[in-house]
Amino acid sequence: MRLSGRNLKCVRGGREVFSGLDVSAAAGEALAVTGPNGAGKTSLLRVLAGLLVPAEGTVALEGGDAELSLPEQAHYLGHRDALKPALSVMENLSFWREFLGGKTEDAGRCLAAVGLDHAEHLPAAYLSAGQRRRLSIARLLSVRRPVWLLDEPTSALDTAGQALFVALMRDHLASGGLIVAATHLPLGIEARDLRMGGAA
Amino acid sequence: MSALAALIRRDIRIALRVGGGALIGVLFFLTVTVLMPFAVGPDLALLSRLGPAILWLGALLASLLTLDRLFTADHEDGSLDLIVMSRTPLELACAAKALAHWIAAGLPLIVATPVLGLLLNLDGTATLAVAATLLAGTPALTFTGMIGAALAVTLHRGGLLLAVLVLPLSIPVLIFGVAASQAAISGPLPFGTPFSILCALSLASLVIGPFAAAASLRHGLD
Repeated sequence: MRLSGRNLKCVRGGREVFSGLDVSAAAGEALAVTGPNGAGKTSLLRVLAGLLVPAEGTVALEGGDAELSLPEQAHYLGHRDALKPALSVMENLSFWREFLGGKTEDAGRCLAAVGLDHAEHLPAAYLSAGQRRRLSIARLLSVRRPVWLLDEPTSALDTAGQALFVALMRDHLASGGLIVAATHLPLGIEARDLRMGGAA
Repeated sequence: MSALAALIRRDIRIALRVGGGALIGVLFFLTVTVLMPFAVGPDLALLSRLGPAILWLGALLASLLTLDRLFTADHEDGSLDLIVMSRTPLELACAAKALAHWIAAGLPLIVATPVLGLLLNLDGTATLAVAATLLAGTPALTFTGMIGAALAVTLHRGGLLLAVLVLPLSIPVLIFGVAASQAAISGPLPFGTPFSILCALSLASLVIGPFAAAASLRHGLD
């Protein structure tokens, strides 16, 4: 399985964010997208996730499920954590687990894996930033998707949380998944570096 | 299917929790209707003649009040991104969200109608007629309003823009809803004629709404 984007160009608000960009990552491989603020890291991830239409170029996943498009086989972990404050931790996770569908894991086990099993019935409104991030990470575990698109995945996580997430990423890569992560901090796993230029 | 059921269950649950839209809509409906007799004065005959129109306007404004959050809430917290990426067709997801909104915010208005009919001096037949037209017509309000809610996300403007976009679209529904109620109360038209058109408007918006909203969301994401 190989994720590849060829000759990608992204224009936002009339301004060219990046152009002529080639991206590729194979199964079991992590790609760390680095660069200064405004370099287009998030834009690149959103192009890969199908949330932005590239002005030029194509994105494809070779060797994945032929019936499904790339976004349908990918998890996107963005800045915004897609949690509803009115719902409890368990309700939030169960919803995404049911809605995203496909091969799912037991929700309780996923919460335990990110260390949130004690807060199962707590409304998400009362979670701290780090706990919200942990709950978002539990979503990645609860539904099996081969491609993880991560935007600053370790922000707000404490040291233990970061170590935990590194272990989870290792497991994901070992099971044949691939990761594209935009990050400022070292990811903590062996990753190929994709350096994006300064703001245009 | 289970994905859509999960989405409907989630939206209804959020609407019914504290801070959700369901109760606010009914309270607003109640307030508008209660204010009318004070504005019109104690003329019972006039009040019962205006009754169906007042109830319809109240329901229209109440559903508009809660429609605003239909997509913006999901857009702000990033849920919409995941919904767009998911394996569920976006059109069906939009339809599911609108259905959940109607169940949580539209049905309570219809349940409240008989009580509010009393305040407007409507007799049993008239109240029943208004409730029936609201039952047939509010899905049209929700499903056309959904288009405006999706555009509000696309254009990054909520609130008033939605009202300006949606209210003109709801004019036909309002006309035939009130006409059917009046027909049942005073004639001379048979109730069935405007009521069938009202049902037709609802059915048409059930089809057009999800497609238009999904198209708007797809092109407007950034």
